[in-house]
Amino acid sequence: MAVFKFASCDGCQLSILNLEEDLLALGQALDIVYFPEASSAMRPGPYDIALVEGSITTAEDARRILTVRQQTKRLITIGACATAGGIQALRNWADVESFKQVVYPSPEFIQSLSTSTPISEHVHVDFELWGCPIDKTQLLRVLTDLVSGVQLRLPGDSVCLECKRRGNVCVLVAKGLPCLGPVTRTGCGAICPSMGRDCYGCFGPTEGGRKGPGFPPNTDSLAVRFHDDLQLIPIEVLRRFRGINGYADAFKQEGEKWERKK
Amino acid sequence: MADDNLRILPAAHLQRLLDTLCVRGYRTVAPTARDGAVVWETIRSVADLPIGWRDRQEPGCYRLEQTGAQEIFGIVHGPQSLKPFVFAPREPLLQIERSKDGFTARSTVPPSEKVAVIGTRACDLAGLVIQDRIFLKETYQDSYYAARREGLFVVAVNCTRALATCFCSSMDTGPRAHNSFDLALTEVDDQLLVEAGSIAGQEVLSDLFLPPAPESLVAEAAKRIDACARSQVRRLERSRLPSALYDAHAHPRWDTVAGRCLACTNCTMVCPTCFCHAVEETPDLSQQQTTHVRLWDSCFTQEHGYIHGKNIRPTIKDRYRMWLTHKLASWIDQFGISGCVGCGRCITWCPVGIDLTEELPALLTPSEQQSVINRQQEASGG
Amino acid sequence: MVNPYLIHPATIVEKIRESDDINTYRLQLVDEQVRARFRFAAGQFNMVYLFGVGEVAISIVSDPDEPAFLDHTIRIVGRVTKGIAELKSGDVLGIRGPFGQGWPLDEARGRPVVIVTGGLGCAPVVGAIESIFRRRTHYGPVKILHGVKTPHDLLYRERFDAWRHVPDTEVLLTSDQPDKAWHHHVGVVTELFEQVSIDPATSIVLMCGPEIMMRLGVPILMRRGIPATAIYVSLERHMECGIGLCGHCQMGPYFLCKDGPVMRYDRVAQWLGRVGV
Repeated sequence: MAVFKFASCDGCQLSILNLEEDLLALGQALDIVYFPEASSAMRPGPYDIALVEGSITTAEDARRILTVRQQTKRLITIGACATAGGIQALRNWADVESFKQVVYPSPEFIQSLSTSTPISEHVHVDFELWGCPIDKTQLLRVLTDLVSGVQLRLPGDSVCLECKRRGNVCVLVAKGLPCLGPVTRTGCGAICPSMGRDCYGCFGPTEGGRKGPGFPPNTDSLAVRFHDDLQLIPIEVLRRFRGINGYADAFKQEGEKWERKK
Repeated sequence: MADDNLRILPAAHLQRLLDTLCVRGYRTVAPTARDGAVVWETIRSVADLPIGWRDRQEPGCYRLEQTGAQEIFGIVHGPQSLKPFVFAPREPLLQIERSKDGFTARSTVPPSEKVAVIGTRACDLAGLVIQDRIFLKETYQDSYYAARREGLFVVAVNCTRALATCFCSSMDTGPRAHNSFDLALTEVDDQLLVEAGSIAGQEVLSDLFLPPAPESLVAEAAKRIDACARSQVRRLERSRLPSALYDAHAHPRWDTVAGRCLACTNCTMVCPTCFCHAVEETPDLSQQQTTHVRLWDSCFTQEHGYIHGKNIRPTIKDRYRMWLTHKLASWIDQFGISGCVGCGRCITWCPVGIDLTEELPALLTPSEQQSVINRQQEASGG
Repeated sequence: MVNPYLIHPATIVEKIRESDDINTYRLQLVDEQVRARFRFAAGQFNMVYLFGVGEVAISIVSDPDEPAFLDHTIRIVGRVTKGIAELKSGDVLGIRGPFGQGWPLDEARGRPVVIVTGGLGCAPVVGAIESIFRRRTHYGPVKILHGVKTPHDLLYRERFDAWRHVPDTEVLLTSDQPDKAWHHHVGVVTELFEQVSIDPATSIVLMCGPEIMMRLGVPILMRRGIPATAIYVSLERHMECGIGLCGHCQMGPYFLCKDGPVMRYDRVAQWLGRVGV
């Protein structure tokens, strides 16, 4: 197994290291041969499994992911950046050139694409792990299934399902918070609502995204609720959807709808 | 004529009931205010009860308000019914380990725990009776449910105040707790009318040495419960069910409601009767052991309509129609009773406030489009 | 109290390859007491379990008179069946069961029996056919009409050949997309109805296969005078518990795992083919 990093904060790689005692079992079940975050011993490919963190934001990375794909049997993206472009995908709606001019003293040295795109826009991805960061139980589930050769599967249900199983009080209904839980994939264990906070969609849209009108996630109905009843103004509705997974299909479309209403 | 089962307890002495239950080995559970609603918590003291609080419920909205009064049971209910006590949201069914025979499976039926739930409403009691029919039927008894059910002691509270979302009266499930309770309380100002409904309840009652309830208290309690029933603004017209809803399968209203529905599963999670569940395997990395776990599932999930390689309910419309048709119609054919108890939770806890008491009449009103479809079906002999 | 969720290990005694993606597994329960108690009716199913992955509902295709060995024909469709396909004889699966209502073999006694099947749908009825032939004289003439998409999908070839030689029995096969070697009928299974004589007043029909086959086939049989109450169909829905509790296998008011999978047609006619039911 190899672990690669692209444009990201390393948080998902840290989730692997945070497996603690399970990491030892993992080391026994899998030969981790390339993981620069954890070890300076780096063996070249080919690899059976590659976990890929981060999005593609430079021309160099766009070339590098092709090499990773060529060397890898099963490529699995870990986290919102690799799976949906991440928070840095906000640049996809902005002028990257002007950012460079403002932020860097010598912007001519910055070689960056004008977009941040998910790995799946560049190469075939065998499986996607959502989350910012990923959930370690989900990661272990996927690795366990990989080791035993079982077809990978994670639930695409809403956060609400897990939130209610945990016995939480709904923050949308009881506090009027603009919670994205109803249209967001489960996997986090409903952490934010368990802490009295509204979900901000870091596991991306339910059921793997929009298949068309009439299919979940019904972001449209939730957005109307935020606007009409919870009194969010259009820019606030837009910001709910254009967050960590703002470039994931269903959230992207919903965001763009509210951008037009701004 | 004094009824031996009817006693009077000053509201200020409710702690005596808690203590008695405690002495009899029960863990006492009651609604407590938390996170802007009430949830069930283990309590030892009456002071933990949400005294003076009332809940206001509307479609998609729940708020607590402090009235300053000494009312103990002013809150009607929170998001949880009795369901989590008997049908656990997450129940390990089997612990399975590799062995020389391939594997050994051991059932993990929980030990029966004595739990007294104080503050159960009539609708939730009706929900419990329905779940009993489902999980404790003759052919296959669910041992896990049975173990949890066995230790349950229900202290019901008759409702003297209806929420805007309540419609138990039209479902014949409340506001008075009919049966299956151990004790039932009616709060009348600073007095509690206490009624025993089971042998276990009578035993607890006799431990309390309470005087018989005066007829005036009994009459006043009845009056307030009746007034509560009459004050309900929502109702569900059931006379044409189940067949009328089956016939409404092609009604355009399903499309309208599907435009609002989030398929988020909240209605099914808070429903006192919904029983769908899924089973999940959680093997360890070394594949030496695994737990076979039952989880609350919902007809709104993707997997629910899965049948080898395809999904028979891919759209939100399919799923909402499945839920409502099951709840209000096919449930009657399956269990001889409606799947709805009129608690109104699915209305309150729906994040977009979909109201089944509004949807049902709309679905049972023939639409122009529906008539055309029906005529076409008749013409084609379908 | 018997816990219906308890899974019993069962050894794969033999794995028979039926086609590229279909195998039949002959299973024997490991625990002798469990094995001795195990009885099933033709048309019933077991929940078959793969360690660490999960369960699938699979009908028992073997002869109910030989319950020591339980045959399950399994097509690779999902994660459990994919995993099962990796196993070989000597490996261990799990079994819970038997569950559901089987074929009405008592009701069929003394009557002509028409068996209509399509594709892998023939599997749940194979045990019933074996059972009928074991008591051949107790039943009237038997007609087996079986349709497949391509000849490649024809399973249990030896059995079909053997059944041809049973007295008072007709076996008719058809294929939608035949190859050159196919010497049977070409077309869909409902076309075979024209090739057999059926006494509508006394016959009983057992039907099993894709729902579309039943939806199209039953009206043709009914037009020939066979009452809906004499037609039985075996239906499929997702089953997780097998005991009518998990809620997944509903079709209208029925839980197919406990009320079915074999249902009398008049009871389900209203639900077959309804979108989302």
